[in-house]
Amino acid sequence: MKRILSIAVLIAGAALLAGCPKKHNVNDAPVAGTQVPDSSANAEGASTSTSPLDGDANSTARGLNGEGTGPLARKIIYFDFDKSEIKPEFADIVTAAAHTLSGNPRLKMKLEGNTDERGTREYNIGLGERRAQAVRRALMLQGVAESQVSTVSFGAERPAVEGDDEAAWAKNRRVELVYLP
Amino acid sequence: MTKLFPCLAVLLTLACSMARAEFVVEVTKGQTEAIPIAVVPFAPPELTAASFDVAQLVSDDLARSGRFRTMDRKDMIDQPHSGANIGFDDWRRLNNDYMVVGTMKADGTDHYSITYELYNVLTKQRLLGFQISSNRPGLRSAGHQIADAVFEKILGIRGAFSTRIAYISVLGHLPDKTFQLIVADADGENPRVVMQSREPLMSPSWSPDGSSLAYVSFEQRLPTVYVQTLKTGDRRVISAHAGVNQAPAWSPDGKKLALVLSTRDGNLDVYVLDLASQVLTRITDDPGIDTEPQWSKDGQSIYFTSDRAGGPQIYKVGIKPGDKPRRLTFQGSYNARPRISPDESQLAFVTQENGDYRIATLDLRGRGDVQVLTKGHFDVSPSYAPNGAVLIYASRDKGRGVLALVSADGRVQQRLVSSEGELQEPAWAPF
Repeated sequence: MKRILSIAVLIAGAALLAGCPKKHNVNDAPVAGTQVPDSSANAEGASTSTSPLDGDANSTARGLNGEGTGPLARKIIYFDFDKSEIKPEFADIVTAAAHTLSGNPRLKMKLEGNTDERGTREYNIGLGERRAQAVRRALMLQGVAESQVSTVSFGAERPAVEGDDEAAWAKNRRVELVYLP
Repeated sequence: MTKLFPCLAVLLTLACSMARAEFVVEVTKGQTEAIPIAVVPFAPPELTAASFDVAQLVSDDLARSGRFRTMDRKDMIDQPHSGANIGFDDWRRLNNDYMVVGTMKADGTDHYSITYELYNVLTKQRLLGFQISSNRPGLRSAGHQIADAVFEKILGIRGAFSTRIAYISVLGHLPDKTFQLIVADADGENPRVVMQSREPLMSPSWSPDGSSLAYVSFEQRLPTVYVQTLKTGDRRVISAHAGVNQAPAWSPDGKKLALVLSTRDGNLDVYVLDLASQVLTRITDDPGIDTEPQWSKDGQSIYFTSDRAGGPQIYKVGIKPGDKPRRLTFQGSYNARPRISPDESQLAFVTQENGDYRIATLDLRGRGDVQVLTKGHFDVSPSYAPNGAVLIYASRDKGRGVLALVSADGRVQQRLVSSEGELQEPAWAPF
């Protein structure tokens, strides 16, 4: 029963990726706080699924890491300056990832923590790790096995966008949720 | 007084590949009491054009230190090559306190003989007199050695012109970046790429003998600490634990590395790895971020950054079990990345002032005075020259990552402008 459920979740997720109209691109994700989860997209997306799924963890990871707009596809959580608390508007991303992971125990996820460029480089590695761990804890609280989730911190070394103003910084203070192949 | 230097060329043959990132040095803030000195050309223009202008390099080194004001060649009344030919009264009228004169001759193919002398123009006294033999590639090093000798003779501080720096250069733009670890002469010349990756490189740290660099590489998309021997290019993995592997720092005896590792739940702490026995000892144990370790001169303590009290501040802890960390910085809400001066009289670090990040020093011997040395918006990663007179750090110029220098007293500032790349994390090599 659980397996059937997990496949259902995966199909719903993959369908979202395949079927949703592209409203915004992951790369120009807006400044933290302005992006509101669109829960109605869920049902619509699922009904137009064309994506094949063979239940293999590899192809699942590929599908889930594709671009899209729903909570499952939107895989970046943004943070306030010097903070590692997950803001309420990103809770749905965590919940969707937790459902996917707990429903498919073979699936693994890497959480990549990042900071903006301000501050010292090694201290920023610590901040990035703290953010990634905040997401990891939230996933585990929702039933994800510890072994499924790993973290890495790039600190300020891998910005999503270049620039030295608040608009750029806000897009760089983030945790990226990456399904591993 | 004759001293023969061995052939210097071997130093220059270690290159993996050459990087074109030569520096243009701009003195942004000079010292008003700079000492006037004239370095007279050593050889006729034909010979320097065919080989190398050693006297110009000596003059440039001295000027760049900010401690000297060098005379322009076109202002020189004549070009004497030895003390016997110096008209001291005339040179004194040109307001020169010191003069360097010398000769350079080609002895056969690819061999040069240089003599030089340093004079006090006021007393007409000869302070230095040496001969140097070199092949063509070694002439640049010969010039730095002359500048070192002159600097030390006049100021009583060992010159650091012959030393090297390491730094990270980031080329290209998202999503197509290349990270290079570069070793160059202290003046930015002879840059050599010793490591290149499409993923971030971080935190280069020199071994105390200057033979190796420890650094962090994300080439596996995970942080790994490597130690690379520069002469051979050989490198080995030093730390690749699950989680964080960061901020390597050599102990003064070169036998241990301080590292930052994380527990499964992501708590960063400072550890010490004994390189021979591979025994790992945990030094800090606190739920906050403990990072950026730096050894005390006696190798018995470690300075580090910790946010255990809220924001990042600098602490010092003994490496013996049970030692309690002692907080050193109290002024301001953000003080991080400590680096001690070679005599451990001063601690340089990054401090935040009104949203800007700047290089500051903490007096470790007197009353603990804090002095902010720089005025940039984003000045980070300070590293002392091995003579303690100057610090190199990473700064920002029109949005671009550059390296800059500031004297340890803050009075002299310079910017090293590279022709390409975002430059970051400079680390000054030992003597």
